[in-house]
Amino acid sequence: MAGSGPAEPGPAPARDAAMWRAARMGFLHAFPFLLVLAPFAILFGVVATAAGLDILQVMGFSVLVLAGASQFSAVQLMSEHAPVIVVLLSSLAINLRMAMYSASLTPWLGRAPAWQRAVIAFVLIDQSYGMAVQRFEREPRMTMAERVGYLFGLSPVLCLPWVLFTWVGATAGKMIPAEWPLDFAVPITFLALIAPMLRTVAHVVAAAVSVVVALVLSGMPSGTGVLVAGALGMAAGAWFEGRQARRAAARQLDEGRAE
Amino acid sequence: MSGYSDAAIWFVILALGVGTFLLRWSFLGAAGRRPVPEWAGRWLRYTAVAVLPALVAPLVIWPPATGGTPDPMRLAAAAATVAAGLLTRSTLWAIIVGGVVLTAGFWLG
Repeated sequence: MAGSGPAEPGPAPARDAAMWRAARMGFLHAFPFLLVLAPFAILFGVVATAAGLDILQVMGFSVLVLAGASQFSAVQLMSEHAPVIVVLLSSLAINLRMAMYSASLTPWLGRAPAWQRAVIAFVLIDQSYGMAVQRFEREPRMTMAERVGYLFGLSPVLCLPWVLFTWVGATAGKMIPAEWPLDFAVPITFLALIAPMLRTVAHVVAAAVSVVVALVLSGMPSGTGVLVAGALGMAAGAWFEGRQARRAAARQLDEGRAE
Repeated sequence: MSGYSDAAIWFVILALGVGTFLLRWSFLGAAGRRPVPEWAGRWLRYTAVAVLPALVAPLVIWPPATGGTPDPMRLAAAAATVAAGLLTRSTLWAIIVGGVVLTAGFWLG
């Protein structure tokens, strides 16, 4: 089976020790990511409080949803008075990538006990996914217990501060003067998330189509333009990638004939 | 939050929490080692990069805070954020640069 590690070491104490070692490593590796997560969490606390959520609701988002971009989008759409169904569909669409993370981790973790897979699923965020896949690919000899340990070690470093700094932002947010252009924190955050994602021409095509459609449809009832623009943007990206793949295949075929 | 009852807000939080967990759990939880079909992977790859720009574009061009009038300060901050994000490939740096430009525009304006 692709990606499965060597057999588990026999005695449980040895396995537990290896798991703890991997957990300690994950714990230490995760700290640099706090530089990104903490300001982002503070910003969410500030923005969500400014939008009129009470502290319990703000914390509810960060504890139960635990996915920054979708939390921002839900709060933004709610303050635009979008219907509940539009808020949910748009925000869940942003989190569809998590299903892709889940699929890509399955060869590495599919044999772990069900409760461990459920815990890992709950705390799976962009950063933990990125760290785990990098590590698992570089160290293919890691055992299942070590892989689980690595994720169990790094997740608290990423997820607990997300909650803590949300609270800091929600508390400190009330002290920010009302005339500050705080409304624009959300667009800046989204743009800052999008720009590094534009890795290929297909990504740029998806984003460009989405922007144009969203602007054209901005007169539609609040939030519904986002759904249409998002779907068309996804279709455009997928179409462009497919076209590139077909062209590459055709080129290879031509070269094969020429030889 | 105007226009939303407390119950509606909690419904959004809970439904989004459950839905997001199910997305994360989907393949891992089922533990079938089925790979994602190629066409599905192709769509999933572009969700974030398609949905987020659709949300942000109208807010940049017609900010609700100015009553929908395009605002040079906000446009400059948006452009600086995108440029910094493309150059540094870092979300954090992009936020910092965008925030600095916005704050500078605010103090100067």
